[in-house]
Amino acid sequence: MHELSICNAIASTAKRHAGGRPVSQVKVRIGHLRQVVPDALQFSWEIVSSSTDLKNAELVIEQVPAAVECLECGARTNLDLPILACGTCEGFDVKLLSGEELLVVSIDLVDA
Amino acid sequence: MGRFHVHADGTGHTHEHDLAHHDDDRDVGDHSGYAETGQTRVTILENLLSENDRVADENGRRLAAAGVRSVNLMSSPGAGKTTLLRKSLEMIGGSVRIGVLEGDIATSLDADRLGGAGAAAISVVNTSAGFGGECHLDAVMVRSGLERLPLPELDLLIIENVGNLVCPAEFRVGEDARAMVFSVTEGEEKPLKYPVMFRAADVVVVNKIDLLPHLDFDLNEFLSNLSGVNRSAKVIMASARSGEGVDEWCGWLMDQGQVASAVSFLRPAPTVP
Repeated sequence: MHELSICNAIASTAKRHAGGRPVSQVKVRIGHLRQVVPDALQFSWEIVSSSTDLKNAELVIEQVPAAVECLECGARTNLDLPILACGTCEGFDVKLLSGEELLVVSIDLVDA
Repeated sequence: MGRFHVHADGTGHTHEHDLAHHDDDRDVGDHSGYAETGQTRVTILENLLSENDRVADENGRRLAAAGVRSVNLMSSPGAGKTTLLRKSLEMIGGSVRIGVLEGDIATSLDADRLGGAGAAAISVVNTSAGFGGECHLDAVMVRSGLERLPLPELDLLIIENVGNLVCPAEFRVGEDARAMVFSVTEGEEKPLKYPVMFRAADVVVVNKIDLLPHLDFDLNEFLSNLSGVNRSAKVIMASARSGEGVDEWCGWLMDQGQVASAVSFLRPAPTVP
């Protein structure tokens, strides 16, 4: 259901920018911390797009790993678990570098 | 972030993309690389919840203008939001003018349970207008719920979200603070499974602690998992059923309402085990 809500938001954003023109691809960028399951998002996209003028638009998902920079040891590591800790020294004093993205990156319009 | 592209006339440049820019710039992003395929790429780079967030900001300004502070109350189904809310209304509803915005997929059962408990006003938003019943409140639903509340007569608005550990965390509705009720029957691993929700919370009420003697729940492991995903959340141990910890939660609520004048009648908060 989470993915369905997100797909509705993606469709709404894409339609607003398309201005009624046919869309062949919608690209989104989603960070791992957003807890979006790509397969579920694709499945939801089929449901959401099929009933709109986005029905022929392919959804392309760019996934962004959750990465932190340790403020103690300086290491930059990607997270396997959503625990915000340094992968090197295990310290908790970390700055989140990426992983919270939830963006519509681009749409491809079919030229008339 | 900009995107470099070349136009058909051979000139190239990079656009810094933002929403305002795009409203007047529909044909940005061509172009030459897609000439053979008859397609045009339009770079958007827009948070896909930006429409929701815009309405959330409107809601927030509207509440602020009326002098109302707001708390978004979230949890999984059955964690005890409504019971805690009822106890809270009974405890401080006479001191603080509390409005409740009830989000529910269908029915007004939760609102009915709050009837007579001490709320100044209750507004019910059923989310079933969406795709088979939305699993969360979004900013537009909350906006319509606000229409039906006498905001100038309130100090504090509690927005009881739909019971769900995933979706409500993604949708800001204009709230000043986010509270989460977690019940000890749910399992100590939940912060790791639902980090979006646990990271979103300013306060986590650990509810149903009266059941701890009957469960294998490892409280220390839960607290360790919680602090792994959210180091700044305040934690309140409570049982809405027995009333333990409800006073500490009410103290937090009243701090949110910045109406601490009536706090003195509350008992001292129990020590967190």
